[in-house]
Amino acid sequence: MDGMDTAIAILVGTIRAGTPLVFAALGELIAEKSGVLNLGVEGMMLVGAVAGFIATVLTGNPYFGILAAIAAGILLSLVFGTLTQVLLTNQVATGLALTIFGIGMSAFIGLDFVGTPIEGLKPIPIPFLADIPIVGPLLFNHDALIYFSIVMFALVSWFLFHSRGGLILRAVGESHHAAHAIGYSVVKIRFLAVMFGGAMAGLAGAYLSLVYTPQWAENMTAGRGWIALALVVFATWRPGRVLIGAYLFGGITILSLHVQAVGYDVSSHLVATLPYLATVIVLAMISRDATKIRLNAPASLGKPFHPGA
Amino acid sequence: MKTDQKLQRITAFFAVAVIAVAAGAGLLRADDPLKIGFVYVSPIGDAGWTYQHELGRQAIIAEFGDRIDTSYVESVPEGADAERVIRQLAADGNTLIFTTSFGYMNPTIKVARQFPNVTFAHATGYKRSDNVSTYLARFYEGRYLTGIVAGSMTKSNIIGYVAAFPIPEVVRGINAFTRGARSVNPDIEVRVVWVSSWYDPGKEREAAEALIDQGADVVTQHTDSTAVVQAAQDREVYAIGYHSDMSKYGPDAHLTASTHVWNGYYIDSVNAVLGGGASSTDVWGGIAQDMVELAPLNDAVPADVRAQVETAREAISNGELHPFAGPVNDNSGTERVPAGEVLSDGDLLSMDYYVEGVQGTLP
Repeated sequence: MDGMDTAIAILVGTIRAGTPLVFAALGELIAEKSGVLNLGVEGMMLVGAVAGFIATVLTGNPYFGILAAIAAGILLSLVFGTLTQVLLTNQVATGLALTIFGIGMSAFIGLDFVGTPIEGLKPIPIPFLADIPIVGPLLFNHDALIYFSIVMFALVSWFLFHSRGGLILRAVGESHHAAHAIGYSVVKIRFLAVMFGGAMAGLAGAYLSLVYTPQWAENMTAGRGWIALALVVFATWRPGRVLIGAYLFGGITILSLHVQAVGYDVSSHLVATLPYLATVIVLAMISRDATKIRLNAPASLGKPFHPGA
Repeated sequence: MKTDQKLQRITAFFAVAVIAVAAGAGLLRADDPLKIGFVYVSPIGDAGWTYQHELGRQAIIAEFGDRIDTSYVESVPEGADAERVIRQLAADGNTLIFTTSFGYMNPTIKVARQFPNVTFAHATGYKRSDNVSTYLARFYEGRYLTGIVAGSMTKSNIIGYVAAFPIPEVVRGINAFTRGARSVNPDIEVRVVWVSSWYDPGKEREAAEALIDQGADVVTQHTDSTAVVQAAQDREVYAIGYHSDMSKYGPDAHLTASTHVWNGYYIDSVNAVLGGGASSTDVWGGIAQDMVELAPLNDAVPADVRAQVETAREAISNGELHPFAGPVNDNSGTERVPAGEVLSDGDLLSMDYYVEGVQGTLP
């Protein structure tokens, strides 16, 4: 295998490894921009993964699986929304509980499906474009979910900064009292944002169980939900930086595997820490302006809101 | 002194009387089953380390029927939580408890001290006491045999190995596998990718794909998921499973697997306790004791290779062949075992170098 093929393999692997993080982190970004900190991403991903897998086994169609994953993610986020927005429970504690619940719940409902083989989501080569050398395999020969993740990135970026809805969402996240005073329903908007986060986490889970490793195995997210959460903060709530961070993390993970596979002498301990290290350093570099971080961080993040208060 | 002796005799008499009464009661209630507990480190699933122990549990149920009553606790984290679970099993009246992961070692020893009448058996550890036995299998013997299969089936002479952490147990497997492969094909090169996780299906799969991209046409793993076998199936190369028969995850790719078989050990242990002769033992059995077996070979494996594997299996079983019989050189060329000698068990347990044929240096 020559260098070019290896480079393409690494880059394609980068996109695949980064995609679940892109989904989950963009979803969490919207939730946090509305002022809600949902630490239940890992749990919602797992429930999405298992629901998507089961629906695919039962219907034989992975696209129904994707829909089921979205539905399952939303369902779990509704539990979180009801607890934190209506019953005003502590968001950190509720989010942690949601993750623990999601881990257990997904293991329980997935018990009979461990080891069931499925036909995963297949790549859809885009006619003509996929045949271009280098660029074709890199950009135009992916599965539907990868294309969709890019669409979602564009949508989220546009929505947040170029739409009226995004302005309202950010207003709610900055100062819920002010937003409430001018007549926006803070609770309703936050509910929608949390549901979007749930749907995206469900998609991230579906990507793992339907594309990445087409199988269901207990706890198969292996901590990716937490990495997505950290990405949002390190990317200072900017969608573009989330995308860079996700691909950077995925890319260095894949690169470190390839470096070992080629046979270079590197410490596996060092290699295992590199994705974390590099992502933190790069994101810290591009967002080192402390004032801007404060401006980007939603001021009401994690604070409970009661309309009567 | 005299009174002491008298006292001892009286105590002894009472002790015997109590035991006799208890035994009598036991005879009268012969249907009281022996309670046996298992502690598992991960979910049972349908392949892997814990699954093989679960097969062992099912084997003793089949063997002893209603003379025993088994229970298990799965996904028990190593550490403080394990101690709580083990103590609970002992307090619940289990008189034989199997703790099946290395990290249960200290909790097992600690709880065993508090329950001297309960027999404990701890897998893969090295601490024993009057009522704690240890057991382990010579997995490297199975690795050697699967190495022969891989070495015979590769065309690129590059074999990929996805591994979790560079500890002696894993390194020993890599080395035995490599020696097996090179026993039939001295041009073999084994490339190792460390994923720094026992269980991360996504990362294991990417590691396998990276190895396949680098020309490996047989891949194997020392991690806990089946992702590597699946990757091989999708990329149309061969794979060798570990822990369990993983053929259903890659019907075309899966050549064979080195599997763990605890059935015999568990049956012997139950027999020992039922017979009242349980004592602290240290078992390290391999192919000869049927604790390591190969999964059925794929149809793609030709007859001469099958014969070769079978010959080696018998030779290991009757002691003629040792996977680490000298000369053993490490991959920097230093002689580790001179010709005519075999590696001692102690050196096997502390192995910290790659043998000839493995690429790279050990992290």
